[in-house]
Amino acid sequence: MNTEALKCDCCASDETQKLEQIANVIDLYKNKNGSLIQILHLAQQIYGHLPLKLQEYIANSLGIPLSEVSGVVTFYSFFTTKPRGKHTIRVCLGTACYVRGGKKLVERLEELLNIQIGDTTEDGRFTFEIARCIGACGLAPAIMIDDVVYKQVNVNKLESILSKY
Amino acid sequence: MVNLKINGKQISVAQGTTILEAAKSNNISIPNLCYMKDTHKFGSCRICVVEVKGAKTLQASCMTNVAEGMEVFTNTEKVRKARKVLYELIISDHSKDCLSCKRNQSCELQQLGKTLGVEHTRFEGARSERENDISVSITRDLTKCIACRRCITVCNQIQGTGILNAQNRGFNTVVGPAMDLPLGDVNCVFCGQCTIVCPVGALKETDAVEKVWTAINNKDKYVVAQTAPAVRVALGEEFGLEPGTRVTGKMAAALRTLGFDNIFDTNFAADLTIMEEGTELLHRLQNAVAGRPATLPMITSCSPGWIKYIEHAYPDNLAHLSTCKSPHMMLGALIKSYYSKIINVDAEKIFVVSIMPCTAKKFEISRNEMKNNGLPNVDAVLTTRELAAMIREAGIDFTKLEDEKFDNPLGLSTGAADIFGLTGGVMEAALRTVYELVTGRELPFKNLHVTPIVGLDNVKTAEILINDPVNAYKEFDGVKIKVAVTSGIKGANQLMEQIKNGSSPYHFIEVMGCPGGCITGGGQPRSNDPDVRQKRLEGLYKEDEDKDLRKSHENPYINSIYKEFLKYPGSHISHELLHTHYVKRGVFNQLTDERFSEDGGRQMAKRSQNTGYKDKQPAHPAKKTIREEQQSEDILVLKAEIEKLKNELADTLETVDIYKQVIADLSRRQK
Repeated sequence: MNTEALKCDCCASDETQKLEQIANVIDLYKNKNGSLIQILHLAQQIYGHLPLKLQEYIANSLGIPLSEVSGVVTFYSFFTTKPRGKHTIRVCLGTACYVRGGKKLVERLEELLNIQIGDTTEDGRFTFEIARCIGACGLAPAIMIDDVVYKQVNVNKLESILSKY
Repeated sequence: MVNLKINGKQISVAQGTTILEAAKSNNISIPNLCYMKDTHKFGSCRICVVEVKGAKTLQASCMTNVAEGMEVFTNTEKVRKARKVLYELIISDHSKDCLSCKRNQSCELQQLGKTLGVEHTRFEGARSERENDISVSITRDLTKCIACRRCITVCNQIQGTGILNAQNRGFNTVVGPAMDLPLGDVNCVFCGQCTIVCPVGALKETDAVEKVWTAINNKDKYVVAQTAPAVRVALGEEFGLEPGTRVTGKMAAALRTLGFDNIFDTNFAADLTIMEEGTELLHRLQNAVAGRPATLPMITSCSPGWIKYIEHAYPDNLAHLSTCKSPHMMLGALIKSYYSKIINVDAEKIFVVSIMPCTAKKFEISRNEMKNNGLPNVDAVLTTRELAAMIREAGIDFTKLEDEKFDNPLGLSTGAADIFGLTGGVMEAALRTVYELVTGRELPFKNLHVTPIVGLDNVKTAEILINDPVNAYKEFDGVKIKVAVTSGIKGANQLMEQIKNGSSPYHFIEVMGCPGGCITGGGQPRSNDPDVRQKRLEGLYKEDEDKDLRKSHENPYINSIYKEFLKYPGSHISHELLHTHYVKRGVFNQLTDERFSEDGGRQMAKRSQNTGYKDKQPAHPAKKTIREEQQSEDILVLKAEIEKLKNELADTLETVDIYKQVIADLSRRQK
C-alpha cells in the first residue's frame, strides 16, 4: 500500500511527514523478529493513535496478517485506535477511591463531557479513562488530569476543575 | 528413551514426548479439549492438567514434556476437582442452549462434560454478549466461542491466511478478524478449515438447509441436485460408516427421497471442465511455442477459496487463472440453459442445489460473475454436513438405502472426474486428456513421476516429455511440460511468489485451497480418525479405478453435449456459459467495494475508518426463516418489556432524587 492513501487533504504535509517517519521506523525494525510492539509504540508516538488504515500499512510493510497487528494493538491498553484528546482525564477506581465515590465521578464526568469511558470529546479537548489506583489512596477519591492529581474530588468540584483546561 | 511413572506404572517413551502423548500410548487417557494432534498445541484450556511429583502447580499435560524419573498422576482427587472447576469456568461464559445447537451431540465440549462427570454449573457471572457474524459462507456465533484457539492455528499456521486472531484482552478477548470487522468484509477466503476444528458451535457454515427445504416444498420450483466428487467418500461418516466408504448410490437414493426432481453429478461437469480447461491450456501452450504472447503458467480455477485468495493477494496476476468456471457452476449454467430446454421448464423455475465439501462454494454462488441471463447458475450450496442433517431430519435410514443412479444426460462421468476431489486430481485428469489429444496415445500412468520439490512445503511437481505428436500438434515435438500441484493456501503462496517475480518454471499449476484437496474441504464431516484424509483419498481413487471410462474425452454425454449444444471446447457459447472473469480485490479489499456479509447477497463497503472495536456493531440483517422470525418477534416483545421497565426505573429514580433534595433542603434549614 502506498503511503499516499493515508493522506487527508486538510493537513496533508503534516500527515505525509508523519507517515514518512513511520516508514523509517518500520525500515529500521523490519528484519528484527518480535519488533511489532516497538514499531506500534513509535508509530503511536508519531501519529498520535493507531487507526485501522495505519495498522493495515504496518501489517503490509511487515508482511504479517492484519489480525495479528490489531490483536496486539487491542491487547495493550496503552495503544489506542482513536485520536486522543489534548488532555487525559483519569479517574481512579482503585479500592479506596471506589468506596469513596469514584464511580459517581465517572458518571458525572460522562455527563459533563458527554462521552463514555475510553472516548474523546468532540472538540478534542479531553480523553476520558479510568485508572486502577494511582497510589493516592489517602486522598481518595482522586482524579488525574495529565500529570496533575486532584484530591478528594466530589461531583460538585468537577466543573470548576475542568474549566481550568 | 525417557523412563517415567504414570499412575505408578513404569513406562518408557521417546525424548520430547508430552505427558499426554506418553499416557495415550500407554492406554491412559487424559481428558483434553483444545489439543489436536500434530495441529494445535497451545495449552489454552488447561483441561488436561495432571499432578507431577515435585511440581508446585498442576501441569498441562499437552504442553509438558516427559523427563527422566518423572512421576505423574492423572487421576487424583485434586486433578479431578481442578478439571471440573476449569470446565465450569469455561461454560460459565458459554451460551448453554445446547438442545437447539447445531453441534448438539457432536460437540466436544458437551462430550467433555460427560467425561468429567460435571453435574453442576456453579458459576453464573458476566457473559460476553456479541452479535452473530454471518457471512455468505461462514457464521460466527461468539456466544459459544470458548477461545480454545484451534481456529487461529489452522488459519495462521496451516493455511497461512491469518484472518482469525485473538483480539482484545482478558474477558473481552474475542477470536476474530482485525478490529472486530465482520468476516465477510475482510480477506477471508472462506475455506472453512476453522469450522472443521471448532470444538463447539461457534464456527459453522452459514445455513442453507431452510432455503433448500423451502424450494423443495414449493410446487412451482423444479429442484435439481448435483454432488461433488469428494462428498461420496465422506457422507457415510455422518451415519457411522468408515471414512472413505463410497456411498455414491445411497447418496443418489437419499437425494431422490428428499424430493429433488433430478439428481445430477458435478462429476459430469468435471469432465466438461477438462475439455474446456485442457483446450485453454493447449491454446496458451501453442502461443508460447509459436513465440506469441501467452500467460503461463496457467492455474486451475476450481477452488473458489483459492480464487478469492489470489484476488486478494495477487490482484495483478489474475490472468494466470484459467477462465473456466468451477465444475458445479458450469453444470448449473447448463441445467438452466441446455437442460431447461430439454425438459421444457423455464430457467426461472429451476432451483439448482450443489452438495459440496466446501464452504467457499457458498460464497462462489453469490458472485456477480456467476450469473447468466440475470439468473444465478446455482441457487444454494449445501455442505456434506448439511446434507447429512437433511437426511436425518427427513428420517431416512441412510445405511439401509438401496443404491440408485444419477439422472442423465448430466449424471454420467468418467474416472478422471472422480479424482477432481483430491490434490493432484485435476492435474492428472487434464493430463490424461491433453496428452492423448496431442500424441494420440494414452498417458503413461506408471511413468508419471510426481515428486515433492525440495524446499517448498506441500508442493509437488512433474515433467512430461511430448514426442511424436499427431500432425495437428507437430509443434509440440520434444516439448517438456512442467506441472506443479499444491493444496492449501500456504503452498499456493510459494508458487505465486515465483510467478510474481517471474521465476516460475511451470506451464500448468493445480491449486486446491484446502490441505489435501476437496476430500478434506471445510464442508466435510468433522472426523477424529487420524487417517481420514488417506481413507477418503483411497475411496476416490477406487471410484476412479472401478470405472470403465477413465478419461474425460471418452464420456459419451460430453461428446453429445458438444454436438448438440456447445459446438466445440472454447466456442462462443461455452465462453458465455462456462467461462468467467475475476475481480481485483487487494489484501484489505481496497480495490473493490464488494463485501460478503450476509444480506441475501452482498453488502457494499461500509467500513468506518477510525472506529475502535467497542462501538463497532456490525449490522447483519440476515435472511429470516420462519423460526428466526418467531424468535425475533419474541425478542421484540422482550425488548419492549425492557424499555417499559427502564422507564419505570427512571421514574422511580427521579422521585428518589426529588425526595433526597427535599431531605437535604430540610436538614439544611434545620441547621
